[in-house]
Amino acid sequence: MSITLKALLKSPWVFHLSTGSCNNCDIEILDCLTPRFDVERFGMLLAGSIRHADVLLVTGSANRKCIPRIKQVYQQMPKPCVVVAIGECSLSRGMFIHSYNCPLPVDKIIPVDVYIPGCPPKPEAIIAGVVKLIEKLSAKPEKK
Amino acid sequence: MIYLIYLIIFGFFLTALIGLFASWVDRKVTARVQYRVGPPVLQPLIDLVKLLGKETMVPKGASKFSFLAAPLLGLGSVILVSTILWFNCLNPQRTFIGDIIVVVYLLVLPSLSIIIGGFASANPLASIGSSREMKLVLSYELPFLLAILVPVIQGGFTLRLGEIITYQVQNGIILGSWSGFLAFLVILMCVQAKLALVPFDIPEAETEIVGGPLIEYSGTPLAVYKLMKNMLLFVLPFFIMILFMGGFRLSGAHWINGILKYLGLVALITVIRNTNPRVRIDQAMRFFWGPMTILAMMAVFLALKGL
Repeated sequence: MSITLKALLKSPWVFHLSTGSCNNCDIEILDCLTPRFDVERFGMLLAGSIRHADVLLVTGSANRKCIPRIKQVYQQMPKPCVVVAIGECSLSRGMFIHSYNCPLPVDKIIPVDVYIPGCPPKPEAIIAGVVKLIEKLSAKPEKK
Repeated sequence: MIYLIYLIIFGFFLTALIGLFASWVDRKVTARVQYRVGPPVLQPLIDLVKLLGKETMVPKGASKFSFLAAPLLGLGSVILVSTILWFNCLNPQRTFIGDIIVVVYLLVLPSLSIIIGGFASANPLASIGSSREMKLVLSYELPFLLAILVPVIQGGFTLRLGEIITYQVQNGIILGSWSGFLAFLVILMCVQAKLALVPFDIPEAETEIVGGPLIEYSGTPLAVYKLMKNMLLFVLPFFIMILFMGGFRLSGAHWINGILKYLGLVALITVIRNTNPRVRIDQAMRFFWGPMTILAMMAVFLALKGL
């Protein structure tokens, strides 16, 4: 495993993109940063700008207005990067699966590395998902 | 030749190491204040290595040369300042007249590099951040210079940092006198603004203009900026130590004393950062041009009276 990938896994800065979610998943993500869970122990920080980020957290059922924006944000992210889909809506559009406004799930728009199900997922589930992501990337270094 | 060794070993490597450690202390103290655990010791270094491995993107419409050269300008000036400061601490006799003026000028360059980088990146939020940074520089420079005048006057109207250090070795630290104490309070606030930490983090307000001038930076230039900020976290408290607290001496048990002084200053800066809200730019300007300038002028008069 190269040293930069190792460093990437030890300090993933996350950017948080809500594509029309009901805010529950977003609140659960912010929960991970609170004193009870404190993901800064593992070097994770919430980046304000997409240019600083290594992990893109997508929540919500990508609606028609959001799809070009998701693509644009993905292109703006500097490249050894991973995408995490959080919540039932971004996995499979959840209860909006028959909606006229949600044509595609997130993984048909941009490549997704980890899926974290739940409506909303607990902070424990989000942390477990990130741990799985780190294990996966450590096993296959030339993934991205 | 000896200057080159000082530049590389003390100016760059030692300063970068201490700066990275100081930024870890800052993050750890912040975490403890917020009742969290906080990151491991190597975290700032890991962040830096990671950023060096990332892709560097230049936004469309940006001025490529100034966008990429601005971080190097800031880093270079910080390295030069720390070289001059270390040289003064280790050989107080062999310095040149007027080095305090050179240090003051070079300490403006990091802010200037952030301003240039922000304006070059063709982003509206970065432009707002840069213009705020410019106003902040204009507001804190006046009390900063007045506060620096106090050690200059007390050291017998000298413009050499080495003579200020030798004066303090003979007559006790300047912080112990009334004028020195007032000037210390003023310079602490100015350093907080120079480091862009919380009461005065107006230029890069994360929750408001998402990082300000640094918003478009990614990869290596961002790593250079982070390194520059971490090194400033060493250089500015070190400058205060030289001016007001007798500097850093290697002889005898003085080096433990120096380390404790430095860590105390960093902890003080961090606690100020964690217990204050962010002020607006007009409030910051009024604060620096009003109370702080008056306090600094009082300190200068007291120093002229010999107090």
